[in-house]
This record gives sequence, C-alpha cells and structure tokens, in this order.
Amino acid sequence: MRKILSTSWHYIRRSPYQALAAIAVMTLTLFISAVFVLLAAGSEKILSYFEEKPQVIAFFKDDVTKQEVDALTLRLLASGKAAAAKYVSKEQALEIYQDQNRDDPLLLEMVSAEILPASLEVSAKEIGFLGEIADILRSDSKVEEVNFQEDVVQILQKITTGIREGGLIIISFLISISFLVILVIISMKAASRRREIKIVQLIGATAAYIRGPFLVEGIFYGLVGALLSWALVYGLLWYATPTLKTYLEGIPLLPVSLGVMLVLLGGLALVGIIIGSLGAFLAVKRYLR
Amino acid sequence: MIKFEEVSKKFAEITALDKISFEIKDGEMVFLTGPSGAGKTTLIKLILKELEPTTGKISINGLDLSKIKRKHLYALRRKIGVVFQDFKLLNDRTVRENVALALEVTGLDRKKVTKEVEEILEMVGLFERADLFPSQLAGGELQRACLARAIVPSPEILIADEPTGNLDVATAWQIFSLLQEVNRAGKTVLVTTHNFEIVDSLKIRVIELDHGKLVRDEEKGQYKVK
Repeated sequence: MRKILSTSWHYIRRSPYQALAAIAVMTLTLFISAVFVLLAAGSEKILSYFEEKPQVIAFFKDDVTKQEVDALTLRLLASGKAAAAKYVSKEQALEIYQDQNRDDPLLLEMVSAEILPASLEVSAKEIGFLGEIADILRSDSKVEEVNFQEDVVQILQKITTGIREGGLIIISFLISISFLVILVIISMKAASRRREIKIVQLIGATAAYIRGPFLVEGIFYGLVGALLSWALVYGLLWYATPTLKTYLEGIPLLPVSLGVMLVLLGGLALVGIIIGSLGAFLAVKRYLR
Repeated sequence: MIKFEEVSKKFAEITALDKISFEIKDGEMVFLTGPSGAGKTTLIKLILKELEPTTGKISINGLDLSKIKRKHLYALRRKIGVVFQDFKLLNDRTVRENVALALEVTGLDRKKVTKEVEEILEMVGLFERADLFPSQLAGGELQRACLARAIVPSPEILIADEPTGNLDVATAWQIFSLLQEVNRAGKTVLVTTHNFEIVDSLKIRVIELDHGKLVRDEEKGQYKVK
C-alpha cells in the first residue's frame, strides 16, 4: 500500500497542471452539486414549514353554534383531506388580536369580541387537497368567508420541484464532464506509462498492482475536490447567513448545523471518490488487456 | 519442464513457427539458435503467453498455457525470469529500483526486498553501480542489471534472449558464466544466441530453428557448427 501511495504521488507530481485541471473540474462540479443540494433541502424545509401552518381559515357567521362547528370539523376530518382543524372562538380571536396589537391602545379600544368572527383553522394533509377543503367549507351555510394561501404554497412547491429537477439535470451533466476529464487525464498518464505497464506485466505484476496508483490518483482528485468545494460552500453560507436570515424570519432554517454540513462533506467525498475511481478504473482498463 | 507439441504460429500469411515440438527438462540448460527471423523471439513470447499459438499445445510444469486465464497470467510470469534482448529496464529508475521491482510486484516485505536486491547485485557485480540509471551503464552492465532483475525473485525458469548481442567476447563470457551459475543452482535455463563460439565451447544441448522450423535438436556435447 505504501508503495502504491508513493507511486501515485509520484504520478501526480510529475504532471502538476493535469492534476490542477482535474481538481478544478472536480471542485466546480461538487461545489455546484452542493449548492443545489442545499437549495433543494432548504426549499423543502421552507415548504414543509408552510405546509404545517394552518392553510385554510373559515370565518363563521355570528349565529353559528358549537354543535355546527363540531359537525363541520368532523366532516372535514372524515373527508381524509384535512390533517387538523382548530376552532377559534370570538373571545380567543379577541385575545389574539389584543396580543398582536398590544402596543397600540387605540386599536385595542376600538375592537370587542362581538365584531370579530369565530373561525376554523384547517391544515391539509397535502397541498393538493387545499381546494377541496375550501370547497367543503364554502358549502357550509354557516361559513361567511374562506381564506387560504394556495398560491403561496403552490409557488413554493413549483420552486422546490424546479430546483430539484433542474439541479438533477445540471449535476448529472457536470458529473459526466468531471468523469470524462478524469478519464482523459488518467488515460494520458497511463498512455505515457504504457512501456512501464508492459514491463511490469511481463515480470509478473497483477492487474491490481498496476491499477492501484492510478486508482489512488483518481480518488485523490475526488477527495481534494470534495474538500475544496465543501469549504467554499461553507464559506459562502457563513457569509450569506445574516442576509438570508432577514428574508427567512420565523423559518427555522439558518444557521445550518455543523452536523448537516458534515453529512454534506461525507456525501461530496463519496461522489468524488466514485467519479475519480471509476474514471481511473476505465482509463487503465484498456492498457491491461 | 517446458513442452512444445506441434506448435505453430502464423502472422497473417507469414509462418513464424511451424509445428515445433520439443521438451526441456527441469534443471536443464539449452541454447536456442538460428538466424534472424528463425522464430526464436516468437518462441519466447509464446512461453510468456505474450502471444497465443495458432495451433499446438505449450505446457510449463504440466500446465497447459491455453488454460491460463489472463487474470492469472502473473502467476506464470513469476515462475519465469526473462533477460530481454532490449533489456526492458525503466529509464527513470536506478539499477537498484529496477531490480527491486521484480520483488515489489510480488508484494514482498520492504526489508526483504532491500536485502535480496543487494545480494543479487553483489552476485552480478553491480553493487557499486546500484544507484546509477540505465542510461549511465555500459552494454554489459545493462545486461547484468537485466539478469539481476530476472533472477532476483528466484524463478523456476530463466530465459535469456540474445544476452550477448552487442557485447565483446570477455563480457559475453561473464554473462554466460552467470547463466551457468544460475543453472547450477537448479534452474532451467533457455538461452537464445547467435554466438556460435560460445555454443560450441559450452557443449550443452542446442535447439536450432530456421525459418520457423526446428532443424536440429542436439543433445549435450553433440552440436557442431556447420
């Protein structure tokens, strides 16, 4: 193993520009992959934050009774579309109003429980059910008005899907390019060592002995690329966190924990190792025939 | 034991070897002679399984070479040490490193590699030149370096392809003395050569090829240059 490592290091040092090109392409690929992974995970989290919040609010007419509210709640839950439904009475609505406007005595004086409507806050099991839940609520004669954030959630869902699918296409494309670059660079090195490969084959070297240094070289490019791209992403995230936090107020997303970043590093290293070793394996294969 | 049974090798329309049959016993030393293009190097390549015969069967120590899979070829080649006509030394490595390579490929411990390489360099008289590169060596020294690499893993068979090609008489004799020493240690030795003076003097078995055919197979002491 020590011999394989030293031979591999010798190969890398002999052609530093090729090594730099391999590391640069690998770093770029893994950096963009990491950005997309973080974007996809972040948007997913933002989406679930909105999904978990009450998404449909039905305001009742003043003459609604508790039995009518309970019957409507049961109907909603029995439909299988609603995840939860919470009744907010006129008095509770006043408490919420007072809490939200506690710094403005003028607004507090003007409002009493009588003028605030009782309401039912409903969250859907899936975003797609929002329209149907709104229809059930509207069909009730005691419901005055129905509000729901279908647009916001649907836009978020589209963004999340877009990031996921677009990211997948871009990442696949970049991984293919990285793979080809590693394949070409290590093929060139193997070609320049064709005579040496032939000689060691003649004196009894196994395929693994010949392949070893090239594989280690491919893995080295993958690991260095992973480490550099991870450091870049971490730096970028650290720099952007204060700004992003102002936009994402209330959403428990930032700062990203060290644990999550370490998992990301593990993932990047794994992808880098797979690209590097597979590229090297195929590059040397034809010289071992 | 090396055994050729009706072995032929054709390259397109050219017949390099034509129905060759012979047997070399364990511990035997044999000269393989013949003019250029007689098929000597092709025969060596067939033994190393660098080439496949067109027809016929080759076996080494009873093992049919056609049955050996490519991935197991290394095991066969570790049994055969070869002194190549063009040396096949790595120019960016020293004599010591070139010789050590033959042991490193077997996975031998570093310390043992160092020890055995030093012993063999001493034996072939290259100890003082161990840290020179091939380009810094004379013809006879290159030949001895190649011989050291071939015998350091202690192969069962040693093949030397024209080991005295461009050497002066005295150096050629030194090389043959070393080959005989290897043979005395119990190894099977096959030497291809044009040097009929040495062939005549050493009185060992001689197989002669001409245009791919085996024209003579003379037992020890029977060979006379025509």
